[in-house]
Amino acid sequence: MVQTIASVGLPIDEMLMIQKNRLIPQSGLSGNEKRISIVTGTHGDELEGQYVCYELQRRIKENEECLTGIVDVYPSLNPLGIDSITRGMPGFDLDMNRLFPGSENGSMPEYIASQIINDLSGSAAVIDIHASNIFLEEIPQVRINELSQDTLVPLAKLLNVDYIWIHSSATVLESTLAYSLNIIGTPTLVVEMGVGMRITKKYGDQLVDGIFALMKELGIWSGEVPTPKTPIISEDGEVSFINARKSGVFVPSVEHWKNVKKGDHIGDILNPLTGEIHQKITSETDGIVFTLREYPIVSEGSLIARILA
Amino acid sequence: MEEQIFFELNSVYRDNMRIKGYTFGSGEKSACIVGATRGNEVQQVYICSRLINILGQLEQQNKIKDGKSVTVVPCVNSHSMNIGKRFWSTDNTDINRMFPGYDLGETTQRIAAGVFKNVSNYKFGIQFTSFYMQGSFIPHVRMMKTGFEDIELAKDFGLPYVFRREARPYDTTTLNYNWQIWETKAFSVYTNATDSIDTNSAAEAVNAVLSFLNKQGIIDYNCHEGYISKFIDGQELVNVKTLTAGFFIRYAQVNARVKKGDLLAVIADPYTGEVTDRITSPTNGIVFFHADQPVIYSHTPLYRIIPTDDLI
Ligand SMILES: [Zn+2]
Repeated sequence: MVQTIASVGLPIDEMLMIQKNRLIPQSGLSGNEKRISIVTGTHGDELEGQYVCYELQRRIKENEECLTGIVDVYPSLNPLGIDSITRGMPGFDLDMNRLFPGSENGSMPEYIASQIINDLSGSAAVIDIHASNIFLEEIPQVRINELSQDTLVPLAKLLNVDYIWIHSSATVLESTLAYSLNIIGTPTLVVEMGVGMRITKKYGDQLVDGIFALMKELGIWSGEVPTPKTPIISEDGEVSFINARKSGVFVPSVEHWKNVKKGDHIGDILNPLTGEIHQKITSETDGIVFTLREYPIVSEGSLIARILA
Repeated sequence: MEEQIFFELNSVYRDNMRIKGYTFGSGEKSACIVGATRGNEVQQVYICSRLINILGQLEQQNKIKDGKSVTVVPCVNSHSMNIGKRFWSTDNTDINRMFPGYDLGETTQRIAAGVFKNVSNYKFGIQFTSFYMQGSFIPHVRMMKTGFEDIELAKDFGLPYVFRREARPYDTTTLNYNWQIWETKAFSVYTNATDSIDTNSAAEAVNAVLSFLNKQGIIDYNCHEGYISKFIDGQELVNVKTLTAGFFIRYAQVNARVKKGDLLAVIADPYTGEVTDRITSPTNGIVFFHADQPVIYSHTPLYRIIPTDDLI
């Protein structure tokens, strides 16, 4: 059943609507069912979650008799952004993931943020699916603020991702959807996978397997589920960053999610005008490349890779 | 006057971006003034150019006090300004959300670090900046509640109001906040225009800064000292919003004195012209802020009013 959880008038004959689809057990609701919420599309240029929303519902509908709880699917928290290929909220130039928990009496984006929080709160779990950005490719991973690791790591292990990154807390992140929900006791897992403006079907299928495993654990699904893979779990200290020292065109010489040794060639930053190599990039550590630059043009400082020791 | 390059970003496809600082006088790092951090803040660069011009004249007349120095950084984001973008030209990040910066981090973190290294350790920090929503304000000095803010000192600008608001989580990465954390007394000066030049408003801002520097004994400048500033706390303001979208036809302008019940604006249907909402003032007061878009979304804050007792 499609429901509109917030709607706002746009100036010229148009309503902005935030919608969800609710799937419930065939036998109806007793009032004691748990609810899982799948949200995505906060950043309008991140599309990996769109396929997940579809595929999850397709598989549920194939075995509807196994559904024993509520599944709420929110494909686009920032519909104007997705429609106009804009990362933030068009018209405001705002990153929507810096507005939560929002405010009922605030501006239009703050009002929408508050309605989203109201609707999601009370879920047994919320999965907030992101897709990096157009610049970087990420292996399927869950990112967890160290403050909520005790609650979230056991849930994240079920999600069939390759990697769980427990990061330190930062004040600026207190305005994210995940932080705002976790703080009010609604467990929220942030998934990052793939790359902006694309759909990586393999990753989507992998995450949907994981969502079923989590639903089974929460008592929302009674059917068979695949055994989730065992993720690598790490904290900040084990991650090393490679940033460009020069501007130019980055051409990688490693593959994503492959092991590298200290001194291995990661890639080159080229100058197309002079035909020179501006920077030859080598790994400073043994490890696995879990983030790799996808967009070729780089400036000084652009992130090239993250390596997990 | 000494012109220095504080930070230079190399580029393959365009000219390097140079962030320049202009220093007057020598000795103690007395005051630092920063203009545009965003590519649309043209008025902010204009104000800085006026200040650089006048401080140069004062320096020639030996009116910068001995042992004091003032640095002006007119623009930290010329690459975006030159292509008409508000945020960073490639990844759309906001340099004013990257402080104190990180010199081994992403591009805009490096820019912020390069700027902060050169603008910190001053006694006073003054930033000209713009609001995230489109609109007009009564000129004011704006500060965040951090525990370090100095309201009495802010009144030395002689602008009509000193405004203090609560800090939000994402404010912790602004220049103003980091100045304060690192013991620079920081002030943000808001004037009327952003993406156009308003020479009157700029002259008022220039006068406010010079008057402030004069009162702190940094320069010798005989000028009109402006207003006796009134302090207002963010929570005191009365917000007026509409739940209707459409044309925003404004009647009450900034600085207007309004009575409870006065018509401030109407919202009209964009096709039929029918008035869909009449916006009236919920209080006696003075218009501190109004939105100025021709068309508005529903839930848009339209006015912020300073409540007053006066019976007019
Ligand atoms: Zn995202």
